[in-house]
Parts: sequence; C-alpha cells; structure tokens
Amino acid sequence: MDITVRILRYNPEKDDKPYFREYGLKDVSPDWRLLDVLHEIKWKQDGTLTFRRSCAHGICGSDGMKVNGKNRLACSVLLKDLNLKKPVVIEPLPAMPIIKDLVVDMSGFFSKYEVIKPYLITKTPPPPNSERLQSNEDAEKLFESAKCILCGCCTTSCPSTWSNENYIGPAAFLKAYRFAFDTRDEAGDERLDIIDNPDGVWRCHTIFNCIETCPKEINITWHISQLKKRISSREM
Amino acid sequence: MVKNYDVIIIGAGGAGLRAAVEIPKEYSCAVLSKVFPPRSHTGTAQGGVCAALGNMEDDNWENHAFDTVKGSDYLGDQDAIETMCKDAIRAVIELEHMGLPFSRNEDGKIAQRKFGGHTKPADPNDPYGKRIPVMRACYSADRTGHVMLQTLYENCIKNKVDFYSEFFVTDLIVEDNVCKGVAAFDIATGEVTVFHAKAVMLATGGYGRVFRITSNAHVGTGDGTALVYRNGLPLEDMEFFQFHPTGLWRLGILVSEAARGEGGILKNKDGERFMQRYAPTVMDLAPRDMVSRAIISEIREGRGIKGSDGTDYVLLDVSHLGKKVIDEKLPEITGFARTYLGVEPTKEPIPIQPTAHYAMGGIPANVNCEVLADEKGNTVKGLYAAGECACVSVHGGNRLGTNSLLDIVVFGRRGGKAIGEFLKTAEHAEIKSKPEEKTKEKIKSVLNNTGTEKVYKLRTELQEWMMEKCGIFRNETDLKAMVDKLGELKERYKSISIEDKGTVFNTDLMEALELENLLANAEATVYGALNRKESRGAHTREDFPKRDDDNGMKHSFIFENGGSPEIKLKPVTITKYKPMERKY
Repeated sequence: MDITVRILRYNPEKDDKPYFREYGLKDVSPDWRLLDVLHEIKWKQDGTLTFRRSCAHGICGSDGMKVNGKNRLACSVLLKDLNLKKPVVIEPLPAMPIIKDLVVDMSGFFSKYEVIKPYLITKTPPPPNSERLQSNEDAEKLFESAKCILCGCCTTSCPSTWSNENYIGPAAFLKAYRFAFDTRDEAGDERLDIIDNPDGVWRCHTIFNCIETCPKEINITWHISQLKKRISSREM
Repeated sequence: MVKNYDVIIIGAGGAGLRAAVEIPKEYSCAVLSKVFPPRSHTGTAQGGVCAALGNMEDDNWENHAFDTVKGSDYLGDQDAIETMCKDAIRAVIELEHMGLPFSRNEDGKIAQRKFGGHTKPADPNDPYGKRIPVMRACYSADRTGHVMLQTLYENCIKNKVDFYSEFFVTDLIVEDNVCKGVAAFDIATGEVTVFHAKAVMLATGGYGRVFRITSNAHVGTGDGTALVYRNGLPLEDMEFFQFHPTGLWRLGILVSEAARGEGGILKNKDGERFMQRYAPTVMDLAPRDMVSRAIISEIREGRGIKGSDGTDYVLLDVSHLGKKVIDEKLPEITGFARTYLGVEPTKEPIPIQPTAHYAMGGIPANVNCEVLADEKGNTVKGLYAAGECACVSVHGGNRLGTNSLLDIVVFGRRGGKAIGEFLKTAEHAEIKSKPEEKTKEKIKSVLNNTGTEKVYKLRTELQEWMMEKCGIFRNETDLKAMVDKLGELKERYKSISIEDKGTVFNTDLMEALELENLLANAEATVYGALNRKESRGAHTREDFPKRDDDNGMKHSFIFENGGSPEIKLKPVTITKYKPMERKY
C-alpha cells in the first residue's frame, strides 16, 4: 500500500513560518502505527523531521499531535483507521508555541497542571504502620481520572483554551477531580478555590472536544461536571 | 555554562523521583531527564509491586526473600535481598500514604494478587517443602507503574523539586575516583551545561533497545550504564537480560504477568496448556526466564503458530475470566490487544512471544546505592545508582515480576538517604578536566562527520543480531560471531553522518549518541555472556546447559579496558539460603 503524508514543518533556525511538506511512502502495511510512518520518514527519507516519542504504545504521552484535524497519539493510530485516499495531514498540537516541527513547548501546560496542587493534601496523619483504609468502590471512582497520561490532547483541543491562554484546562481539572474526590484528601476549599474562578471550571462550556480527542477515552467533561457540582453545593 | 548543585539526579523514573523526594530540604537538588518526568518508562509497568502485607492471606517477608533468592537462581546477594523484602512492607504503605490509588480488598486494605514466582510453603511447618502461589502483588488495576510514576512526580511537585526536563547527559565527570558532576545539553536549545555537584545519582533505567523485539521505550538506551562503562568503571552481571514471556506478537509491547496472575493460561497451537510440562506445580506462574524458555522450546518443536511477519507465537488466553474481571483488572493490556492486533481478548486468545524486558545487570552498587569502583567493594566517592541501571544485586540471574517497582522505591529512598548523610561533610571538588569543551567537541564531531553510515541502519543491525545471537538461547559460536559483529559496528559508527545539523531539538543527534550508548551496553552483555560458561537464570548456554555452582556463584565485573573488555569476579553473598535445584 502506498500513502502520502503532509507534515507541518518548522525549523526556527531556518524558516520564517511553518509550511507543509509532503512525503510519499511505498509498501506500508495498514497495521502500522502512524508513529511507524514518522520513523520510516525520519530514518529513511528525512533525518531532520522532528517529533517526540518514547513508549510507542499510548502510555507515556509523548507523541500527541494533530492528525487529520484531530489531536491524537501517533502511536495509538493505525493506518487502517485513517482515510488513506487523501494525504494524511499531521500538525503539532495547537495552542502551544512550536519549538520545531511537531515538537511544541509544553511548559504552559505543565504549569497549569501544577497550579491545581496535583498531590494528596492531608491534615490527619496516616496510621504509622499500615495503609489508610478506602473501599474499593471509592478507589475505583478515581481510576478513570488517574488514567490520564498528560499528553495535552484534551486541553489543546478545547475552544476555551484557544480563546483564553489563562484557562486552566481539562487535563488539570481531571487531576483536580482525581484528588478532590479521593476520600483520603483533605484539601477541601484549598483546591476548589483555585478552580472556582473565571479561568477555572466555569469556562468549560461542555463542548466535548476533550472527550472526543482523549486517547485514553476518559469522559473528561463528566469529571469537570462533578467538580462544578461540588463547588456549587458548597456555595449553597 | 556551569551550574552548582549539592546533588544531581539523572533520570526521572521511579528511582530518580523517589530519591529526589528523600533529599533533605537544606540541600540543592536537581533532576535531569531526557524526557518530561511523567514520560519515563516506569509508567509502563503494569501488574504490581510486591510486599508481604498479608492482606489477602498469611504471608511474611521471609517468604518473599526466599522466592527472590530462588528466582534469581541464587545469583542475587542475599543480604541485599533481605534488606529489600523486609523494607517492602514499609515502602508500599508509604506509597499509599503518598497518595497512590491502589485497588482495595473487601476490608479496604491494599488489594493483592498472584504473580510469577511468588509463593509460600504449602505447609507453614515445612518452610522448604512444597510451595504454592501467594497473593503478594499490590496493584492498581493493570496501571501500577503509571500511578506510581504519577504519585512520585506529584510528590516532587509538592516538594518543589528542581527539574531540567529534556536535558541529555553526555559526560559523567569522575576524577581520581571522585564524582564531580555531569555535562549535559539542553535538547531544546543545544546549549551545553556542566552541572558541578557534590553527589550524582544515576537512575537512568535499562537498555532493552539493544534487542529488536523489546517492551522497552525508545528512550531505553542504557545511557547511564554506558557513561559508567566508558569512564573505565565496571558494569556487573550484564549477561543477565530478562525476556518477558508475554510480549504482544510482532510489537513486543508488554502484556503483564497479571493476566496469568488473574488466571490467564498459555497455550500452544494444539491448544495444550504446555506449562504443565515445564513447571507442574505453579504452571503459568513460573518465573519469567523459565516461561520464556518454555515458549521458545514449544516453537522450536513445531508447536508455535507462524505469524504473517514470519515469526512464531503462542497464545495467552484470558477469555474464560469473563468480561467483568478483564474490564476491571486488565483493562489496559486487553486494550493493547484490541488496538494493535485487532484481537478481542474476552472472546479469543492473544498472540504473544517473548520480548526483551529487563536488565538484571548494571552499575554495581551496594545496599546504600554507592557505586562500586571494583569487584573488591571499593566505592566511587559521590556517585550513586538506583533502579534498573543499577545492580545491587537483588535480582541476580532473573528478576521476579513486581520486584522492579519495589527495587526503585526501596533503593531510590536508600540512595536519597545515603546522599543526605554524605552531603553533611561533602564539598564541591574542583574539576580539573574541561567537560564543557569535551561535550561540545563530541557534538561537533557527530554533526560534522561526513561518512556514509546511517544511524538507523547500524542500530537495526545491532538489534537484529543481538536478538539472534545473544537472546534467550546462546552458544559460543553465536556469541563469538556477535563479538565480531560488534567490532564491525563500532568501526562503522566512526563513519556515521546525520542530516540534521541544527542546534534546536536535534533528535537526529540524540539518536546518534544513543546508538553509541547501545553499542557499549551490547558489548558488556556479549562479553559477559561469552565468559559465563553455565546456564543460570535468564542466561542460557546451549553448550553449557547446567548451572555450575562451583564456578558460577560469582558476579561478573566487566571493565571496558580500552576496547578489549576484561572481566573480574566477585563472590555472591550468601546468608542462609543454600543453592538448591530450581524447580517449580
């Protein structure tokens, strides 16, 4: 099978602005990951093509990029799931500065993640020689949010992010849920106050882009709605 | 540019992050990593972390220690193993206290399940008699490594740890047996920095990328082990490399032992549960080295299934466990089977084949993570190592599943504590050499090389040859051929050229430097394998099929020795477990 891919290229040392470059590949298998295609180009056609990747099976979150208009992980997309009659269009994740080609500056993304205090906050000391108790039902309520791999696909797919760079964004909210709904956490208002403001959860207009794009298939909007409910109930 | 820190930690996986949490606040500490911390390979560990909590049934740490010694095929140092297994209980409870979201049992305690090689005596009054599988692996569905990495990263953020993400370390500065820091470049800008430190910890992970089929991430290129080796310091037991029995066919992606811990079984092309012939008591839950050899034996005897890529596989069947168990306890790995192979594990078996997984060997270190300068036990002042890159040796010839996540939290913490003690009296030793110039020169020589060899081509040849000649089954003819091939590849490496000549995020350059590291790791592995004339743990010599306790109860210390590697031996530490025949 032969395919064509169009990749947005940008090298700040050479280019004034990003441009598309097309690559043709012959004899590729429909079972290939899109990451395999990028490697094939980098290793055999163009060593300057630049992208991040590591685990290659959807756990490390390195290779988030825009594929045919949708944010995805290159290692979790198989060619057979794409329309190959037209060139596959690959661009960096939106709403973040491009460092080079498909590599974006994620420092803003991580600073928003840090803002919501992404760690367990406790006031009661734990028992000295044993674990704190938690029912399995309560533990499992955290598992979907704990699946998040911080790839940035959701936050950068959100129109609220595009229109306001201060918006904390869905990935950080998901982490806020992970702790706010942990029966062991005692942060209370300390964390909720951070997300209860105009750049916080209220800027989520349930557009559902985050759910559409999440490579781990997390229902992010539902988690945000639970945070909104909890904030509303404390105000009443 | 020179930056001064009290301590520099290289690597932001579990071991590096756990060490960082432990460094006392009064000292300046920075963690360097070539990826963002949550991208580290710890995150791909699935099944669990073992500790004899006894939450599901009676168990004790001595059982865990015995299993680890036996699993290591008696090559593990028994004092270190006792230290680890005893501390495991505290370490896992500490992870819970840090916030790790464990699965829970009916009492609300941490849930535990069975795992390969973890057993207890069938009769408590007969501790060395027949043993049965025990529920010892503490887990969070099949994402234990992921949530562990996240939890440790979260605790680093809470403790305001200083990170240099996407920095590539090019040089370890050791002068007169004192470690004085590292040189590294910022991947985003290409700028070279010397991190002048009183103490350095290497927590750089494994080197599975020397093999063609591996569960290891692309970043698993053994950068830390290579830095040490090229500095004239020894590596230990590099011939012991674990092949995990259940890698997803063709891709090598890990399918956790948890699948078998929950009741999954291995089948050959006749549908036979073949492990009953190889390990009659624990069957599919035998240790990894034995299961991997069993799979290759089945394939060699014609009972494998030929895949479309020309390689053979066998089957892992979890379909009888039911959708509920699969969805709740094995969601991630069954998702991989669906995504990558189009297989529906609730209805059909998963094609699997052994995949290069874990380096038991590495940088020799004592139980306080101090790096050893020689086989006599002398240490390098200010240099520490923990996690997969280190060899303490708690895994000996074969690591038991779940003991890697345990290793990183136990020894990450111990290393952090030891550094804290060391810093009370340590000072910045003057750097006499010119590490910044050395790194700039190294980068320039790769960028300016106009040879005809390509990095990907050399790397692919290395990986294919290592898989073929230095994999699960080895013999002298193959290993000698591999030695020759390595010589050829090292020579050809001198003529590589890369296309990207820029300074900004040059991954072409990184791949070239990583290949140099892979070649160093492969060399230590192959020479070690050639020198060990016995079969023990994961090291199987077809020409020496028996374990040789008279000569083999020794650790190999390999020195680069200017291109003609030299091996010295260090006796295994035995406390109370006398070598026995290893049967399951």
